[in-house]
Amino acid sequence: MSLSNLVDDWSKYRKGREEGGYHDYEHMWGMSIDLNKCIGCNACSVACYAENNLAVVGKEKFEKGQGMHWLRIERYWDEPDLGEERTAEFQQHGASFLPMMCQQCNAATCEPVCPVAATYHTPDGLNAQVYNRCIGSRYCSNNCPYRLRYFNFWSFYEDSWPAPLNMQLNPDITVRDKGVMEKCTFCVQRIRTVKDKARMEDRKVRDGEVQTACSQTCPTGAIEFGDMLGMYDPETGVAETRVTKMWRKHQVELGKTKQNKQTPDMRGYRVFEFLNTDPCVMYLDRVREV
Amino acid sequence: MQNNEVYKDINEDLKWTQINKDILQSMENPRKGYWISVAVCLFLIMFAVVGEIYQYQIGMGVANLNWPHMWDLYIATFIFWIGMSHAGTLLSAILHIMNADWRKPIYRFAEAMTTFSLMTAGLFPMIHLGRLWNMYWVLPYLTDRGIWPNFRSPLVWDAFAISTYLTSSALFLFIGMIPDLAICRDNARGWRKKLYTALSLGWRGDDRQWRNFRRTYLIMACFLIPLAVSVHSIVSSDFAMSIMPGWSVTSFPPYFVAGALYSGCAAIITLFILLRYYFRWEEYMTIAILEKTCKLTFAIAMVWTYLNLIEFASVWYGHSAADKEVLLAKFSGPYAPFFWGMIFCGSIVPFVLAFEKWRRHLPTMMVVSILLNLGMWLERWMIVTPTLSLSYHPIAHDVMWPSWVQWFIVAGSFGWFGLLFLVFVKVFPSVSMYECKEMVLHRRELANKEISPVMANGPGGGAPAPGVANKSPGVEGS
Repeated sequence: MSLSNLVDDWSKYRKGREEGGYHDYEHMWGMSIDLNKCIGCNACSVACYAENNLAVVGKEKFEKGQGMHWLRIERYWDEPDLGEERTAEFQQHGASFLPMMCQQCNAATCEPVCPVAATYHTPDGLNAQVYNRCIGSRYCSNNCPYRLRYFNFWSFYEDSWPAPLNMQLNPDITVRDKGVMEKCTFCVQRIRTVKDKARMEDRKVRDGEVQTACSQTCPTGAIEFGDMLGMYDPETGVAETRVTKMWRKHQVELGKTKQNKQTPDMRGYRVFEFLNTDPCVMYLDRVREV
Repeated sequence: MQNNEVYKDINEDLKWTQINKDILQSMENPRKGYWISVAVCLFLIMFAVVGEIYQYQIGMGVANLNWPHMWDLYIATFIFWIGMSHAGTLLSAILHIMNADWRKPIYRFAEAMTTFSLMTAGLFPMIHLGRLWNMYWVLPYLTDRGIWPNFRSPLVWDAFAISTYLTSSALFLFIGMIPDLAICRDNARGWRKKLYTALSLGWRGDDRQWRNFRRTYLIMACFLIPLAVSVHSIVSSDFAMSIMPGWSVTSFPPYFVAGALYSGCAAIITLFILLRYYFRWEEYMTIAILEKTCKLTFAIAMVWTYLNLIEFASVWYGHSAADKEVLLAKFSGPYAPFFWGMIFCGSIVPFVLAFEKWRRHLPTMMVVSILLNLGMWLERWMIVTPTLSLSYHPIAHDVMWPSWVQWFIVAGSFGWFGLLFLVFVKVFPSVSMYECKEMVLHRRELANKEISPVMANGPGGGAPAPGVANKSPGVEGS
């Protein structure tokens, strides 16, 4: 880092796109989640547990808030406090569901605060967490506005999976011991496998070739996963994927703190865009009769 | 008139041999209260050891930390101890440069308090780490893997700032003690003789040594002042640099520094009264000096209150709904009793210090100073926890209370600090002998100048001015 960089405006280094930031992306994995299609069945969450060797902490610890569900289905009601005054109207409407996984922010707030750089941005546009490097200061989780980072408060890898069940662990991904932070990786092991295969065959990764466990499992196809590098940098000549098509259709752009929607049927939004975290996951608002 | 005579900073008739004797006896025969305090400290440390071993073995979950509450009492207490370390620098460096000579009998133990509270504070980031055994990864050591710490992280700045401050303040403490260590050396026997001989670095008290000593001390003082201010600013950036509502506050660095000086001054009052009792130091730790410390504490308390109000106002008139929500939750949420406890202890109790009558009453001051520090500890807790329980994401709104493990370790930290401090005051002279002599000398000169003409004209005849020896107050009195 030169002196001229030091006296420059540092805020621009938070942006991946601009000069000085990260710009050698090979991919930029992203998602589009249609909340109209989400039925809140939790199949994605279960698939995530199976794919990523998530520890099942049990009811007691889960209630204490020590669970580690990388993908959680959040339930929201129209009326914030239901309790005693639950009316028939609200029951009729039921809950709104919001599947939340790591948003893989391009200007992730968790990355600059890690003292040992255990979380960093990969050339795949992913916000990676290096378990081996993590010392468990837990600052990243505190600084994540989405609260999508989970900490191993207990040691589970020895006794969480009793005898035959340990055979179902995914060998492509490690099991984490106590004291490290973990979070959704967009099934990075699947991405690696497909990328390696594509390289062996000397071709580019095709759209739809990588599927995360959640998007694969979703019975209604609410979760779309794919490469968004075309959105990020049109000059790289990456073909349009299903995800980029969705983003363009709903006129959601990267690198913005507020989206300009031209018509009401543009349902796309990103969570907490105003915080300038620039997430890679777009949600499509749920529409329903009132 | 009579009051003024009773409440003098120091009795200018003190003989230098008497000063030596009084201070040196503190290292031999304290009151029984001293040993009781040592026992209490050891007892508290035992609690912390039990808690820490349990937590280390089982995992951080036993501390009742959970998914939004990733930080809790450990970080709050860490800030508390860092804060306490600032008063030593205030007394020994800032007041030294400002020529406030009433600090002389009390700055040594304040400086020791700085060093030991930093040693206590430094334990907390380690205790709170999920993988304690890898804590050295925060330091930029040379490694085959070529991995460096993340220099953008405020936690790394913390590591640098605290280790720099710890080494500097320990050095400052030691340098300021060298002439006194020479006096100890001349009077000690056995292992103490060997210790003081090694530590006094061959001090003979000649002119050249005094000159170099003065210069070094002044340079260290000038170095330490900006360092102390920067250390707590950096600790505050743990919060100010984040984006969380209630943490991302621009006024945090001055607010933290003010709070630091505040809790440090309150701790000085507590320790002042304790040491005065342990070692029968009524001649040195006088009520007049206590009063001056109390006035200083009162002024800082008002600065802290003002900065507190600024913080509320800037949130109130700001546009962040999340910030406002956190602020209102502090006022009326589940943590409200602790918040109002902090306001009471930090902003209302100090008004006791405004009254001369109470300032001179030792038991009152003891209670008040402990209440002030309780308020400051609550302040740190109320910075860390309400934000975690109420951040942006509504699904992560949660209230969690610390478990016994956290309370044990926090209690043990007080024992650890207390034990280090008590061992120090027993092994080293915790009142600066040579500077007390300077003070006495200075007061005598003042007395000669001011009182003599008046007394000469008065009916009482000539003043019995004590003979002032015109030589440097070094070791020869021993």
